Amino acid sequence: MATRSKIDADLVKRGRTDPVAPEAIPAMQDYCQRLGDDALILGQRLSEWCGHAPALEVDLSLANLALDLIGQGTNFLGLAGDADKLAFHRDVLDWKNCWLVEQPNGDFAQTIARQLLFSTWQHMLYERLAASSDERIAAIAAKGVKEVAYHRELAADWTIRLGDGTEESARRMAEGLDWCWRFVPELFEVDEVLEGLIADGIAVDPRLFEGEYRSVIAAVLAEAKLAVPADQRAILGGRRGHHSEHLGHLLAVMQFLPRTYPDAQW
Amino acid sequence: MRRMYTTELSKNVKPIETAEEPELVAAFEARVAADEFIEPKDWMPDAYRKTLVRQISQHAHSEIVGMLPEGNWITRAPSLRRKAILLAKVQDEGGHGLYLYCAAETLGTSREEMVEALHSGKAKYSTIFNYPTLTWADIGAIGWLVDGAAIMNQVPLQRTSYGPYARAMVRVCKEESFHQRQGYEIMIALANGTPEQKRMAQDALNRWWWPSLMMFGPPDDNSPNTERSMRWRIKRETNDELRQKFVDITVPQADFLNLSVPDPEVKWNEAKGGYDFGEVDWEEFYAVVRGEGPVAKERMKARRDAWDNGAWVRDAAAAYEEKRRAKQAA
Ligand SMILES: [Fe+2]
Ligand SMILES: [Fe+2]
Ligand SMILES: [Fe+2]
Repeated sequence: MATRSKIDADLVKRGRTDPVAPEAIPAMQDYCQRLGDDALILGQRLSEWCGHAPALEVDLSLANLALDLIGQGTNFLGLAGDADKLAFHRDVLDWKNCWLVEQPNGDFAQTIARQLLFSTWQHMLYERLAASSDERIAAIAAKGVKEVAYHRELAADWTIRLGDGTEESARRMAEGLDWCWRFVPELFEVDEVLEGLIADGIAVDPRLFEGEYRSVIAAVLAEAKLAVPADQRAILGGRRGHHSEHLGHLLAVMQFLPRTYPDAQW
Repeated sequence: MRRMYTTELSKNVKPIETAEEPELVAAFEARVAADEFIEPKDWMPDAYRKTLVRQISQHAHSEIVGMLPEGNWITRAPSLRRKAILLAKVQDEGGHGLYLYCAAETLGTSREEMVEALHSGKAKYSTIFNYPTLTWADIGAIGWLVDGAAIMNQVPLQRTSYGPYARAMVRVCKEESFHQRQGYEIMIALANGTPEQKRMAQDALNRWWWPSLMMFGPPDDNSPNTERSMRWRIKRETNDELRQKFVDITVPQADFLNLSVPDPEVKWNEAKGGYDFGEVDWEEFYAVVRGEGPVAKERMKARRDAWDNGAWVRDAAAAYEEKRRAKQAA
């Protein structure tokens, strides 16, 4: 497939002689934004815990996760264009992250439910993405896969601890999962953008690991003595810029300085 | 024993070494005088232990409460790089709190007891964290001035007489100098920036300057336990000596930024080889020590809320651990 070179060759035919940055390729740019936005938005959310977590050790772990995710987000947005410009100067309709990551932290159980569902998916994705035909994407994923393995472990450990802890923690954990469950199908959605990139070996087809994902989640929940939530109607749209109400508020906070002082360097 | 994050009024601490065996005390004092480390299992005077617990736990509380003013800006940091650096910095402070709680625990006080004392208002933390962070420049000013003052206080503590404390301080100091540099780097960007940024920078310096000088504690003539703490190597330089050092280092840094220190009396004194500077408002200092700082209530509420809202999580972890142990034993 050798997609990079194929795309480059196409561009050469159209009169471009040097290899191009992904921003010149809308589908690539779109994909890098999806990857970057997922990571950055979740990192931003987790950073809200800093100084307020249930225990000092938890505070430090959540900050680790947030730092990894902000780093991944920065790297992928850097492939899509100017990472800071993309992070601080886009409005809701131009954000491509999934609904799951923009969900509010809720209580610690909801944060953990969100993390389990996302990190398990992200880990399976990055493992495969490390073999992307685009070597820049592959490199970011290969670095990220080690980080995300830890996120997934941490989320699974806490899911089990809370699920099999006290009555209250089990109830909260079940509620957290229930809140997040409707956003799982979006993780496996494949649209035209993704189809083209999958065909080129750049993107990973998430449908290939949906079965594995569902059984891994089921195994964690079984160990946590929690029921797998019943399927809920899928909520979709994040990849096309259609989000929950929460994202606008997150962006209002995150973007306020660069938007208030557009000429300033920080 | 006010030391690092000076917050306490130690006037009411009376020497209580009287009831202890003079030979033990003499041997202890000799070891300390010879710059030996005292370790958890070693005999130590009761007053030494109490003073250390208070000093180390105060320092730990200061690290933890100190996460709040800067944490206030993590979600609003103006670039991805600044966001990551700030988050890592605040996380470091949490790590410092953890090392210090562990060091204090070696003296026989549990972390729960210490946290309890903080939340009940019995234990103190640095006065500096009772001031609000209004603009992004405050993040620069805190790194530059507050971490700068902390370094000045902490470097000598790497040689403090209690081994676990000294070792914790070695780890902490390494990170503090990085914090100070990133803060100053923020100030450089602002001082070279737009008129709005320069205004933010000057305003932050105006607000954080005096509270930073207060971090070294009351003047030496009003610091009655300094002598004993110096003898015990719990304190290694006096408050006024450290304050002078800080001013001498910081004033030229402000000059470099083209910012002015909010003290008309700051003037180089050739004869003493240091700067003269005005009198700190000690009335304000003692008020903040008493818990009357501008955002003291917010800080304590944030800590109590985090603790109370996390109770079910800690309970769940304990219950799970119990079940796991029971299963293993079976
Ligand atoms: Fe610190
Ligand atoms: Fe400190
Ligand atoms: Fe620091």
